[in-house]
Amino acid sequence: MAEKEITLMKGNEAIAHAAIRCGCDGYFGYPITPQSEVLETLAAEKPWETTGMVVVQAESETSSINMVYGGAATGKRVMTSSSSPGVSLMQEGLSYLAGAELPALVVNVSRGGPGLGTIQPSQADYFQTVKGGGHGDYRLITLAPASVQEMADFVDLAFELAFRYRNPAMILSDGAIGQMMEKVVLPPFKPRRTEEEVLKQCPWAANGRKGLRKPNIITSLELRSEAMEVINLRIQAKYREIEQKEVRYEEYMTEDAEYLIVAFGSAARISKKVIAIAREQGIKVGLLRPITLWPFPSKRIGELGKKVKGILSLEINAGQMVEDIRLAVECKVPVNYYGRLGGIIPEPEEVVEEIKKMTR
Amino acid sequence: MTHEIIISGFGGQGVLSMGKILAYSGLMEDKEVTWMPAYGPEQRGGTANVTVIVSDEPVSSPILSSYDSVIVLNQPSLDKFEPKVKPGGTLIYDGNGINNPPKRKDIHVYRIDAMDVAAEKNMIKVFNMIVLGGLLKVHPIVSIESVLKALRKTLPERHHHLIPVNEEAIRLGMEIIKEQ
Repeated sequence: MAEKEITLMKGNEAIAHAAIRCGCDGYFGYPITPQSEVLETLAAEKPWETTGMVVVQAESETSSINMVYGGAATGKRVMTSSSSPGVSLMQEGLSYLAGAELPALVVNVSRGGPGLGTIQPSQADYFQTVKGGGHGDYRLITLAPASVQEMADFVDLAFELAFRYRNPAMILSDGAIGQMMEKVVLPPFKPRRTEEEVLKQCPWAANGRKGLRKPNIITSLELRSEAMEVINLRIQAKYREIEQKEVRYEEYMTEDAEYLIVAFGSAARISKKVIAIAREQGIKVGLLRPITLWPFPSKRIGELGKKVKGILSLEINAGQMVEDIRLAVECKVPVNYYGRLGGIIPEPEEVVEEIKKMTR
Repeated sequence: MTHEIIISGFGGQGVLSMGKILAYSGLMEDKEVTWMPAYGPEQRGGTANVTVIVSDEPVSSPILSSYDSVIVLNQPSLDKFEPKVKPGGTLIYDGNGINNPPKRKDIHVYRIDAMDVAAEKNMIKVFNMIVLGGLLKVHPIVSIESVLKALRKTLPERHHHLIPVNEEAIRLGMEIIKEQ
């Protein structure tokens, strides 16, 4: 057996390598800090010469997401990546993808806002990602990686989920995970699907009917309200199924925890250090790390809420996920929030102080 | 064993690449490593810093409040990071351009005049490796062999002839570092 390929790379580079390896058919993107290495790595790797994957630097983010729409309509595995201001420009396209029930992957290596904000890490796009962002009743399957390894692993997972449910998926990362280098074992090479395989997997795709069937129409437009309600109900039924089946989370030292931190992505990494320091001082703290931000692990947080004296939502924003945690525990246990804004990342010691406040 | 380090200096001094080589060397020894740069709009002459964590266990936070070892290569970095050395930890500073030397008594302070020696020996381009040598003398976090292995792995082949001068720089750093 071949030795496992362990390398050291940035989170952004891992996204690019994983895309090539998981049989991605096309990437369409526009550079923006702190995620430009995704496009740079793809350009350096030249996958069009090996796997045949198409890589296009579009003229804007609006253009990128609409190229993704076009590629997805043909049943191809297509993706884009950007950072917060760029992802804002893609919101119309995301709503259209969800409305037309198209599978695609969008990666957001987020930075501090609002507006052009800063290029430093932030998790302030939580609301935009899990509550909509674009118009209409839709959801994005959202994965939040907390390591370079997960940046690599979640690319294929996001595509799998997107195709299983015919819905766009988002990897919501941040500048810290995108820019840091860690050990990573890249996923094994998986060939791109053949045209026959695409036809078989995606009977709905607009990829040429070859005289065999009625034309497939990809659209999010339906002017008859009765028919549009039926489409909406079908999409909502799909979302309920995703909420049932696809919740993912990690628990860390929750068995004996008297206080619980809920944090995702880089905030979850900081939390593990916080837990180590707090436990040295005799405070039993555990962590629940949502891996899927939507569907949100509400049920498990509700269960843990009954066992602990207090919950701290650690977020690198002004307090967004804290609302979902309060709903999950139905306000039966105190839920505090701590975070820093504008690209400042909270340091472990300051979070320990917040935990101590809860114990008083 | 976990060693948490921050290296800080001017952009262009090789701070980020020194961190990268250290991280790669850790990888060569099958350790867990994290390399976290301050990736602001850094430029030559501006400030740059990088956190490197080398550990036998999975690394938790890439963002830290205090460090086992702090390496500072200019006055602003010294002012900023001297308070962030853990009690009993290590501070290494290059004496070049330092008007206000370190004051803390509860840490181990080392001075390395890498800038002066590099200029004198025409080794400016491997200045950062002299500093790395100093760190490895004080804390043998990784072996020189692993550093050389890392260099062979990360440098394009056309630059492999520069590996001996890098090794020389590391050994020089080990000689000139002095506890204050």
